[in-house]
Amino acid sequence: MGSKTDKYILGFFNDEEILMDALVKVKTTGAKIHEVYSPFPIHGIDDILGYKRSRLSIAAFLFGLFGFSAGLSMQSWMMGFDWPMNVGGKPYLPWPSFVPVTFEFTILCTAFGMVGTFFYASKFFPGQEPRIPDPRITDDVFCIAIKVSEAGDVNLVNSTMLNNGAFEVKTKEVRL
Amino acid sequence: MYESPLRRPLILGKEVSYHQITEDISVPVEQKPTKWWYLGFFMSLSLLALFFFAIGYLLFTGVGVWGLNKTVDWGWDITNFVWWVGIGHAGTLISAVLLLFRQKWRTAVNRSAEAMTIFAVICAGIFPVLHMGRPWVIFWALPLPNTLGSLWVNFNSPLLWDVFAISTYFSVSLVFWYTGLLPDLATIRDRATGVRRKVYKWMSFGWDGSAKAWSRFELVSLILAGISTPLVLSVHTIVSFDFATSVIPGWHTTIFPPYFVAGAVFSGFAMVLTLLIVLRKAMRLENYITMNHIDVMGKIIMVTGSIVGSAYITEFFMAWYSAVPFERYAFVNRAFGPYWWAYWAMMTCNVVTPQLFWSRKVRNNVLAVFIISIFVNIGMWFERFVIIVTSLHRDYLPSSWSMYSPTFVEISMYMGTFGVFFTCFFLFAKYMPVIAIAEVKSVMKTSSEHYIAKTIAKDKIETEHLKTEAVSENSTI
Repeated sequence: MGSKTDKYILGFFNDEEILMDALVKVKTTGAKIHEVYSPFPIHGIDDILGYKRSRLSIAAFLFGLFGFSAGLSMQSWMMGFDWPMNVGGKPYLPWPSFVPVTFEFTILCTAFGMVGTFFYASKFFPGQEPRIPDPRITDDVFCIAIKVSEAGDVNLVNSTMLNNGAFEVKTKEVRL
Repeated sequence: MYESPLRRPLILGKEVSYHQITEDISVPVEQKPTKWWYLGFFMSLSLLALFFFAIGYLLFTGVGVWGLNKTVDWGWDITNFVWWVGIGHAGTLISAVLLLFRQKWRTAVNRSAEAMTIFAVICAGIFPVLHMGRPWVIFWALPLPNTLGSLWVNFNSPLLWDVFAISTYFSVSLVFWYTGLLPDLATIRDRATGVRRKVYKWMSFGWDGSAKAWSRFELVSLILAGISTPLVLSVHTIVSFDFATSVIPGWHTTIFPPYFVAGAVFSGFAMVLTLLIVLRKAMRLENYITMNHIDVMGKIIMVTGSIVGSAYITEFFMAWYSAVPFERYAFVNRAFGPYWWAYWAMMTCNVVTPQLFWSRKVRNNVLAVFIISIFVNIGMWFERFVIIVTSLHRDYLPSSWSMYSPTFVEISMYMGTFGVFFTCFFLFAKYMPVIAIAEVKSVMKTSSEHYIAKTIAKDKIETEHLKTEAVSENSTI
């Protein structure tokens, strides 16, 4: 996903179910699907596109693990070693007292770490120029984008999409 | 996904389409605000001015201007804090817990409920900060290296746990809310031109609606919901630790954490109903926030209200059963002492009124639901007042018994937080999509009146076909 534009075949659909059927047919022509754009998540499309389950959950777990150990060791070090303080004769390392802050720290690190990774991986940041094929895809239009260079037989791809419910197919120079 | 056509639809209207949903929710953002919006907004701004006046006066003179005394050292400040935090519980509960339970009705109400959560937590946070007396040294509550040793904060203290709980809750709720907003802000961005497009382009982070982004988005939402669920429950649990870990009769009780959480959900849903009933009317969103939504929220209020009611009774029973004279006195004093009116106001509003929701007629009467929701809001405020003030005002030493009443500064501050809350809420209702557009679109085919009618029409043909077959079989016999 560079900053350069490319020539894409864009097939537009009115309905996500029609798009799913067409997508399967387009794949059989040998064209490599660049991406599918939709106004809301289409369930089951990941399998057709061959997307593996995102590794964000692993990232979230690792961030959580970091938060847990950082929170717990911070409290233990401060209360037990750096300045041991006698509070009402309680032990210096009262681990039950550390549960709430450790828990909150775990959640905080998980949430921020995971969402930060998501934004980083998807290149979402304030002011980012949206890389979309058409402004209608956030409203009611579903779009299949195929790079012309990876489409194989361009005419076959065009006709397959049109014959399977696309209301519009065009080739456009766009940055995706 | 199959959805029984017998379920009440979540989206009303004879004709509905993806584009229609976009229009219905985006147009209020794009149009000039109505004169009712201006009226409400300026009323909120004047309350906000009152808030700044009260805080300015407080900071220049000191917390002595409050009605607190040596015996009652927590009053309206902590009452308001706990009340606002409680209100801030419904939003994340709706979006997190209901997402995990796959409750589709959340799609129409989660956005505004979450916004409400964030604004309520802002209002809540103001009180403990000011209660510290010197808010300019608020950073002392954080474990920062300092020149005193370093002398660290005391991690044994529930008050410090609160600092972590509230700030984590606020920031995680904000992240959850804003991540969910991105696709809808992108929808508004792609409809806009000129300056508005620039602003929404900035706010929507370049959301592209690609299958990859949606896949990640759904996973992130699911995990955020998964971690927010224990977070919501932990926040009011930790707030209740402020009381429960003390040795004050009336506070020192193990029932507090679940009881506070139920109370928070109870008051949170009441506030959601109060606001949404007005919002759906003002913004003509009756097709999205339907009577069905109001009905299910009424049921939640009834259930949580009953939990709270049984907690009140359990507390009373345990005070008697403990056989501790101080504990017993604290509860008898609550109900029949000088603050009896607060106790019975709480009992009536929180225990009696929500029971009216057993009736479907009441749950489906907007005016009745609105009035009951306000009763619950009042009742929950009194609950916190009763717990705090009546437990403190008569302590172990009768010579130090005293009464507490708020001064105009406390009253103005409380009124002022409504200014903070509603100013934020009016701005949100004007400039943000108040309903999660993408989420509503994703349930359109299974849960809208239009599509359910289609399914039924199709099924009828099939059943009629079966009927004729059965008849023909009979005729041959």
